[in-house]
Amino acid sequence: MTDAGVTTKKDWTSDQEVRWCPGCGDYSILTAMQLLMPELGTRREDTVFVSGIGCAARFPYYMNTYGLHAIHGRSPAIATGLAMARRDLDVWVVGGDGDMLSIGGNHLIHALRRNVDLTILLFNNQIYGLTKGQYSPTSEVGKVTKSTPMGSLDTPFNPISVALGAEASFVARTHDMDRAHMQEIFRRAHDHRGAAIVEVYQNCNVFNDGAFAALTKKDARAEMLIPLEHGKPVRFGPDGERGVILDDGVARIVSVAEVGVDALHVHDETAADLSVAFALSRLADDRESPTPIGVYCAVDRLEYGGGIDAQIAAAQADRGPGDLEELLHSLPTWEVT
Amino acid sequence: MIHTEELLPEVREVERIIVRFAGDSGDGMQLTGDRFTSASALFGNDLATLPEFPAEIRAPAGTLAGVSAFQVHISDHDITTPGDAPNVLVTMNPAAMMAELPRLESGGTIIVNTDAFNERNLAKAGYEANPLEDGSLDGYSVITAPMTDLTKQVCKDLGVKPRDAERSKNFFALGLVSWLFSRPTDPSLHWIREKFAGRDAVIAANEAAFKAGHAFGETAELSASRLAVRPARFEPGTYTNINGNTALSWGLVAASQKAGIPIFLGSYPITPASDILHELAKHKNFGVRTLQAEDEIAAIGAALGASYGGHLGVTTTSGPGLALKGETLGLAVSLELPLVVIDIQRGGPSTGLPTKTEAADLLMAHYGRHGEAPLPIVSANSPSDCFRAAYEAVRIAVRYRTPVILLSDGYLANGTEPWRLPSVEDLPDISVDFASVANALNEDGEEVFWPYIRNDDLARPWAVPGTEGLMHRIGGIEKEDGTGNISYDPENHGRMVAIRDERIKKVADSYPPTVVEGDAEADVVIVGWGSTWGAITSAMGRMRRAGRKVARVHLTNLCPLPNDLGGILRQYDHVIVPEMNLGQLSKILRAEYLVDAKSICKVEGQPFTAAELHHKFQETTQ
Repeated sequence: MTDAGVTTKKDWTSDQEVRWCPGCGDYSILTAMQLLMPELGTRREDTVFVSGIGCAARFPYYMNTYGLHAIHGRSPAIATGLAMARRDLDVWVVGGDGDMLSIGGNHLIHALRRNVDLTILLFNNQIYGLTKGQYSPTSEVGKVTKSTPMGSLDTPFNPISVALGAEASFVARTHDMDRAHMQEIFRRAHDHRGAAIVEVYQNCNVFNDGAFAALTKKDARAEMLIPLEHGKPVRFGPDGERGVILDDGVARIVSVAEVGVDALHVHDETAADLSVAFALSRLADDRESPTPIGVYCAVDRLEYGGGIDAQIAAAQADRGPGDLEELLHSLPTWEVT
Repeated sequence: MIHTEELLPEVREVERIIVRFAGDSGDGMQLTGDRFTSASALFGNDLATLPEFPAEIRAPAGTLAGVSAFQVHISDHDITTPGDAPNVLVTMNPAAMMAELPRLESGGTIIVNTDAFNERNLAKAGYEANPLEDGSLDGYSVITAPMTDLTKQVCKDLGVKPRDAERSKNFFALGLVSWLFSRPTDPSLHWIREKFAGRDAVIAANEAAFKAGHAFGETAELSASRLAVRPARFEPGTYTNINGNTALSWGLVAASQKAGIPIFLGSYPITPASDILHELAKHKNFGVRTLQAEDEIAAIGAALGASYGGHLGVTTTSGPGLALKGETLGLAVSLELPLVVIDIQRGGPSTGLPTKTEAADLLMAHYGRHGEAPLPIVSANSPSDCFRAAYEAVRIAVRYRTPVILLSDGYLANGTEPWRLPSVEDLPDISVDFASVANALNEDGEEVFWPYIRNDDLARPWAVPGTEGLMHRIGGIEKEDGTGNISYDPENHGRMVAIRDERIKKVADSYPPTVVEGDAEADVVIVGWGSTWGAITSAMGRMRRAGRKVARVHLTNLCPLPNDLGGILRQYDHVIVPEMNLGQLSKILRAEYLVDAKSICKVEGQPFTAAELHHKFQETTQ
């Protein structure tokens, strides 16, 4: 591999006109990515963005890398084949909540459990944008949309809980209003060996404007976002006056003054047992309660493509590289003269 | 060098024999049939086999639903089918007798395990009286043996428990049948020792049962029934006995080696295609990657992703799975990437008859996608021909950058025949050229890479990630001719639809001239495809021996059809198309060439027999 050389945002920006609605949260995610890329030390030709269908899925067209805009829900499966075949590549998967959690839910969970070397960005805006405003699998109960005029009845997915339930080895959350945080989380996800999934709270200003405003607007963040930092007590608030304890396996928000700093849960993102990370993911079940952001878990376990390559290497060491003549003669044969 | 027994004087030589082994699905009939076949193959007979088993893993024991059968046709001359009516029927229980007796030729030989013909089993099979006693088998030659008891007896001295001993009774049957048909015993004994290596009690029991069966034939005054089939005259070469799914897997491996790109197989288990996944998973030393995906859609998706990365993407399935893959096939058509999709057809619709054969997916392969989404279709004629068909599918896929559907079926998948091994050196060159340099100038006169610039075949460059300077974005949205950028322009869409169509039509330019077999002055041509090849060959032989002039074309490239086919068909008064569906190819031939193609159809989960096809040919051409 040649040196990645020095690149700038411009090198990572394609010549295609960006066609999201003005004001869409996707713009800030794209900018964060294009600014981050020069810092990752990877080459554009070794980078592939794979996507399904939806507003978020247009992302690959705007990156000056290889890009594959596939079909609805299937991007984790397609990217699995690519990443298994080509472990030299950086494979990113981008999709929305409908793409990844509804039509493609099965592919997402299996890519995560296999631990294929993918960096998956799930843009969660809790709505179907491209089809113009139906409720999504992450929409809140009672959501009134064109397809649910009397309010939706479906219990939503919590994407972090789903990912942890699917045995994901890296799970994180960030949001479209904080470029520095996005870049830090994207970098961590990129550097992780195996399947990494990042939920990005993303605003759809046309069909679901302000869905996360109570959490992500600048003056609310300190009160509402609980930063997860490895090895540190989980606490938040303008002066760190609130924190999280584990009470019989259940995460609860407490006043630090009342329980004392030593009682706070110390975040360990490397814990192989995902039950604590899961408990943290259950802290908030609405968009008006304090919510953890950052890296829930970053666990080192066998990366799938590497496992396959090791089996191939072992087979070749054991039997030598494949010999076609030998294969054709591997069943009983007889000669006719 | 194969050691064979000298033929004893009382042995009667025959040209061919069809033996059908039938018993409960727990009786090991597939194994027994397979062993008999292997011994015959090593002896040098030509042969063809037809395994038939229930869809249930263990249907209730002793019932008609649980009957498992294996038919083998052995011959001293070139044969093409597993045969019509068996000459010999081995029945391990009453249900097998009830289910299989109607197939036996009149006056044929029945070999019976009498121990299984007790009241309970007779009742389960629906017999009111024991057919061994009520005279209903008069006219057949019946050989009875208490196989279960005799097997238990010989095993007793070996310290094998009676219940374990009972499991070896199929080897008693194998021994008896081997004696009756003068099969060499060494291959079977050798096989028992290899197969059960490390399980000494099992080896001892199976060997004892096999030898007891053989001795039973020798001592029980069965000499009048003893038959032999001499080795067939084959073209010189090295032969192996192979089934369709194995030949197909090896064809893929061979093509991958010759193309210089590793196989990536994405597959979801489905009968009767799973054996290809099993076979390819064994060959990791060829760099083969296999993924048992979460579903059929992921299987083809992962294969397409691997193709995008420059590997040979393959997915294997049967009809229901092909239905699920339709959307991704459309994407592959739009992306113009190589992809091999293998459909081992089975009885449908829906779950249909999972373990039975049918060839009713041709129209789905042609048209089973939304939009104008043409792709090439290749089919296999016989078990060993699956090797050639797989190689051809890969050739077309990589040269024309297109998904290709390969149609095989359950009969080819599991059926076996002797195969003369091809010379590896003589396999055609199908090496791949990946794009490496810019291929266009942009408005500013800079060298750029456009993914939809085409070569003389109208194929676009295969530019894989990792290649410097060729970064590009492609997807399922309509692309601008040349640049590959998103385009919603109406005229551009019309042009791209036409180009994709023309590109697939051009595949026919790479075919050799169509082979017409048979009589030059024939007024009737039989057009077939797929596994009907063997039955058509036999039936046509019968017609010609009876003095009827007849020609035949057997298509292996079903889309696009050969350029010379229309001219050929128009030379004949009668065009007859036998198919294991309701007339799918004949529909296409009528539409393409305006010829009065007549269908002969059979959709019963069974291949055509030569006799019924012969009869239908006579009817149709009168």
